[in-house]
Amino acid sequence: MPKQKTLKKVLVIGSGPIVIGQAAEFDYAGTQACLALKEEGIEVVLINNNPATVMTDESCADRVYFEPLTVESVEAILQKEQPDGILATLGGQTGLNLALDLHDKGILKRYNAELLGTPIESIKKGEDREEFRALMKELNEPVPESEIVTTSETAIQFANEVGYPIIVRPAYTLGGAGGGIASSEAELKQIIKGGLSLSPISQCLVEKSIAGFKEIEYEVMRDSNDTCITICNMENIDPVGIHTGDSIVVAPSQTLTDVEYQMLRTCSVKIIRALGIVGGCNIQFALDPHSKQYYLIEVNPRVSRSSALASKATGYPIAQMAAKVSIGYDLHELINPVTGHTYASFEPALDYVVVKFPRWPFDKFVHAERKLGTQMKATGEVMAIERNLEAGIQKAVRSLELKTNGLDLPSVTKKSDNELWHLVKNADDRRFFVLLELMRRGFSRQDLHKETGITEFFLQSFERLISFENQIKASNFDDIENESLLTYKKAGFADEWLATVWGVTTKDVRKKRIELNIKPSFKMVDTCAGEFTASTAYFYSSWSGEHDIIPQSGKKKILLLGSGPIRIGQGIEFDYCSVQGIQSLHRLGYEAIMMNNNPETVSTDYATADRLYFEPLTVEDVLNVIDLEQVEGVIVQLGGQTAISLVEGLEEAGVKLYGTNLDTIDQLEDRGRFYSFMNQVDVPHIPGVIAIDEKDALVNASNIGYPVLIRPSYVIGGQGMMLFQSEKEFVSYLEDKENVVSFPLLIDAYYPGIELEVDALTDGESVCIAGMFEHVERAGVHSGDSVAVTPPYTITDRVKELVLSYTEKIAKGMDFKGIFNIQFVLFKEQLYVIEINPRASRTVPILSKISNKSLISYTIQLLLGESLHSLGLTTKTLPEPNFYTVKAPVFSYQKLAGLDPILEAEMKSTGELMSMSDNLDEAFLKAFVWSEQAKPKFFTQKGSIYFDVAEEFLPEFASYQVQLKECGFTLVTEGFDEWVQSDEAIALISLPKLGTKDGTEKRQEALRQRCSVISELTTLDVMLRGLAVKEVDFLAIQDWWLKEKELIK
Amino acid sequence: MKGYVVLENGEVFEGTLHTDHKEVHGEIVFFTGMSGYQEVLSDPSFKGQMVVFTYPLIGNYGINEVDFESMNPQVNALLVSEVSNEGFHYEARSSLLTYCEKHSIPLLSGVDTRAIVKRIREQGDMRAIITTDPTNLSFDQYTPLGQQEVVPMVSSAKIETYGNGDHHIVMVDFGYKRSILDVLLKQGCKVTIVPYHSSFQVIESLQPDGVLYTNGPGNPKQLQGILPTIKEVAKAYPTMGICLGHQLLALAFGADTEKLTFGHRGANQPVIDLATNKVYITSQNHSYVVKENSLEGTDFEAKFININDRSVEGLIHKKYPVLTVQFHPEAHPGPSDSEQLFYTFIEMLRNKGREKVYA
Repeated sequence: MPKQKTLKKVLVIGSGPIVIGQAAEFDYAGTQACLALKEEGIEVVLINNNPATVMTDESCADRVYFEPLTVESVEAILQKEQPDGILATLGGQTGLNLALDLHDKGILKRYNAELLGTPIESIKKGEDREEFRALMKELNEPVPESEIVTTSETAIQFANEVGYPIIVRPAYTLGGAGGGIASSEAELKQIIKGGLSLSPISQCLVEKSIAGFKEIEYEVMRDSNDTCITICNMENIDPVGIHTGDSIVVAPSQTLTDVEYQMLRTCSVKIIRALGIVGGCNIQFALDPHSKQYYLIEVNPRVSRSSALASKATGYPIAQMAAKVSIGYDLHELINPVTGHTYASFEPALDYVVVKFPRWPFDKFVHAERKLGTQMKATGEVMAIERNLEAGIQKAVRSLELKTNGLDLPSVTKKSDNELWHLVKNADDRRFFVLLELMRRGFSRQDLHKETGITEFFLQSFERLISFENQIKASNFDDIENESLLTYKKAGFADEWLATVWGVTTKDVRKKRIELNIKPSFKMVDTCAGEFTASTAYFYSSWSGEHDIIPQSGKKKILLLGSGPIRIGQGIEFDYCSVQGIQSLHRLGYEAIMMNNNPETVSTDYATADRLYFEPLTVEDVLNVIDLEQVEGVIVQLGGQTAISLVEGLEEAGVKLYGTNLDTIDQLEDRGRFYSFMNQVDVPHIPGVIAIDEKDALVNASNIGYPVLIRPSYVIGGQGMMLFQSEKEFVSYLEDKENVVSFPLLIDAYYPGIELEVDALTDGESVCIAGMFEHVERAGVHSGDSVAVTPPYTITDRVKELVLSYTEKIAKGMDFKGIFNIQFVLFKEQLYVIEINPRASRTVPILSKISNKSLISYTIQLLLGESLHSLGLTTKTLPEPNFYTVKAPVFSYQKLAGLDPILEAEMKSTGELMSMSDNLDEAFLKAFVWSEQAKPKFFTQKGSIYFDVAEEFLPEFASYQVQLKECGFTLVTEGFDEWVQSDEAIALISLPKLGTKDGTEKRQEALRQRCSVISELTTLDVMLRGLAVKEVDFLAIQDWWLKEKELIK
Repeated sequence: MKGYVVLENGEVFEGTLHTDHKEVHGEIVFFTGMSGYQEVLSDPSFKGQMVVFTYPLIGNYGINEVDFESMNPQVNALLVSEVSNEGFHYEARSSLLTYCEKHSIPLLSGVDTRAIVKRIREQGDMRAIITTDPTNLSFDQYTPLGQQEVVPMVSSAKIETYGNGDHHIVMVDFGYKRSILDVLLKQGCKVTIVPYHSSFQVIESLQPDGVLYTNGPGNPKQLQGILPTIKEVAKAYPTMGICLGHQLLALAFGADTEKLTFGHRGANQPVIDLATNKVYITSQNHSYVVKENSLEGTDFEAKFININDRSVEGLIHKKYPVLTVQFHPEAHPGPSDSEQLFYTFIEMLRNKGREKVYA
């Protein structure tokens, strides 16, 4: 069926800020969907309050609402925009839930907005546990037996019926806490007791365990002509028991016979038909490794993280095609855009192996529970493509940017055999490295198979890697021959690791390798295993075989380095910047070459750049691409710290870097040099010193005066930052063996003033400040975790001028062009610089959106030699908008047990949102009430608030006490245990003594019971301001721009 | 041992030859399915061909006793990027490597399979020789597959009957895949397999309810001699043709076939039923196709076409209950989306009134 002619305007629901389990993949899906709709001449209205997304750019949507993802806002938008259709299946669980709410409240019907794609009934059948089970029963497809229980007795009764082992999943606990697998009645009794008490609603799901089965996923598509195709199947290396988001996954399946592959494919097709899905769907199976018995684990009736992965793994643009079929096209009418001449109604064939490896936040969250289970904990993931599994695994490991030495993780290598076996049995994020280490120590594949259930095929691959390691360790650099070196490269060993083992430099290895003519070849991801010619621009490297021809255009080429996997402190904002960078280069007539390894992103959409190299971001991998492409130079300012950290190696190799050089980066990141630079340009910085050892540290700390802030060099997300109130605290930290304290250590004075930050453009001479943010929380709270407002709301013009003057001095003083970010603190009327980041920051997308000016486009032009003047940026600051924009962090606490929700110097948020209003209080309100599911009780009901406030804050707190009471809240200071269990409990105000974290347990317990935890008075202040707002208005960003224009007139 | 594959165009690719062969000749083709190597190597349609697997890791789940498509290995050789030296699967009885050694199937690994696929894609299916010494080779001493009579090598010599269902189907064997037999038996048919050259009288004497012409290797035009019999049978009985059987039925009624530049071999070929507009993902393995413009005057019309290259994928006869498909509804390897065509065929048997049938 051709496109529905009646569709003129469609509302797309985005997925909002990034949380664990819902990351950049929905920006990728959403962007594809919006573009697909626009291509059809449909006007796209979008609601998504995540500013760091590509889909919220004007090139993707005609009207963009950065408004809360609530029923109220969508209803208002429906009323105002009158769209014909609404597309909700590309906005993750958030979009889907919102669509269900809108449907249930009759709002879709009221506004005559047709839900496009998969119908509501199908969504419900997929999402609702009972409906899903009923459907599977009807289809005669097996699901594991399960039951919801509220007492131990019913759990035991259930177990007696279905047999052990039994999985216990407590309802609504953080990170699935309290769950487990019981293999006997005694164990079940123990686990269920804990589970019921941990669950805030005293409820557990008990399920017959199929742990140890192979976990297989299918990505399926269906159109309204009932054509069903599977895009890709995937096999988890980790068997059932670990969430697929936390599993190492390969595509296609490796250990299934064709009979099994087709059996599950047939079942997938049957299910997608029965559900009546129009679009994409993800189906997860558990397959017995010893028979053909399988079970359905889960069906996601929408595009998902897995479908983004499948799209990148195969080249097939699932979301784009899902959008097209949802507006009436059939798959066989749509051209496969990769080949350009075959059709979308086929199934991709791969001639390579894809490895997905999760990226967990435990390098940052050292206190969080890192055990893996049925609750996903990874913040991001990497994908690698190679011609063999071993090299694929190695590429994936390199892409993670962990502190590994080749395939070993030093923290694992230090452990005893017993400790390692414990980690094998209780899998956490380190399990892969643990398995390898045990193999290094001579334990057999069979032993590991017995303990983990991992298919021996995969373990054999690990074993092969270890045996290569041993061979390499037994060889030496001088005697190495062409054939062996080629073998090692084919198995994925990096020059750097080889160099370390052989005791030579990476350069030596590279030189020898090139002399021996051992270079990678680049192959195309063409969806069809080479069967047809393809015109795609999507490549990966391999150490065997010939190049697929690389298109040469004769244009000048520039390489952009992406930011790798999403992690704490390095999120989707850099993907936004990279994509903007690519688009700017296009406009300037350059060919933009992209390198990145994050399958969730828009920058790794093969249609974004002129050529995409899906590769790890290490110096060796980057140089290989440069050798091939012969680019003019490399842009590192848009890829976060990942790209910045490559500067040294690239510069050494003689690569031209635009706007940035190692010396400047070093000058800003090496604290000693930074201080002297600040002195040189006559800009005050926070007093700080570098301590070379413990003694030095303590002496210097007392010279500066407590409280002091301690941190290592070269950090993202404030990793390892600590605040010490007294020498006693500092000493006890230094003495604690658990803490790996590496010197030199940076010690800064702690100035808890008002934090300000600016993003500025410079051509090396003059500056243009794109915007200034004032943080709500005091300095000391990580800038990524604080609520921030632009333009500043309490700052005087004098301070703003000072900010400008310091920014100018800094820009003039450093050898740098492009975009950079400065963080300031205003403490006791004095302005100090905290740090300078010589790259795009997380506030760049926000400033770009509100100013309707692409800061990245300016940046690119500056990098290529334009001056601010020639770009028409003649004022020292862009005009301040006449409305407020609030940036607020979003946390994933519910997914991670063991985290203390206090705001501190270490960043914990996983995503961010923005809200706008000419009434600042309204903007605050929208920032807190940002989604239907995540509305804090503080804003929805009156109840009781517990406060646990240190003496030093009591005077300041007193006025808030009055305000809270006036707002109708009751305040409690005693009987925490009873309070937290009561239905009345809505928030905990916890203000521990400065520099301490007293009250961690209370904060964690309050969080567990779904109460807001407020650890800064300024946060409380703006929450109260938000609460006072009575009327809310919803405007598209385009409305704000128009208002601005009119004001200027 | 080092081994080489020399293409007809003179290009040489190096790999490791795992078996003790001096020189092997065949037509070199590629298969794009990512699983199903066991089915492929035992599919008689591959007789005379060397199969390049585009998926780089082959042999991962070993060789079992249940997934063979015929009693013997049929391919002339296997070319893979990487072969697993063990088979990790509960059904595995040996590794692919051991199996090839035992059955003397030439196995060349470590070759740049993607490069070979690209050559075939550009220059068409061609001949190739696997050798340990790539110098002084001559293709002249070998007959090209298109001129060889390969069907006699794979067709059964005697008549055999399976099952005892209500519908009796005579399956004319050009090198049938076991899955065709399996699906018919599963549907409650009695199946009698007869040699490819069986006469009308022999078939008639078996009193079939319907006749099925199977898949098989080689060029259909090598079998001109049996075309009259095929036509006679198809006029007399509800008839189904699969792959080679489809091509032969087309030829028998006066249509023409031609060789594709490179065949369709894989598990992902989209085919549309022109009557219902339904799309099937099909399993395919063929070099030759029925020319669409040759259908005129045959009373055949194209029922299925390939969505990608618009080639004929199946026929229906306007007068007689004859249904043919170029693809493999029996799957193995590949998807079984189109298995229902067998039910349509069985419906045709029930419907002996000779009405026009449109599936």
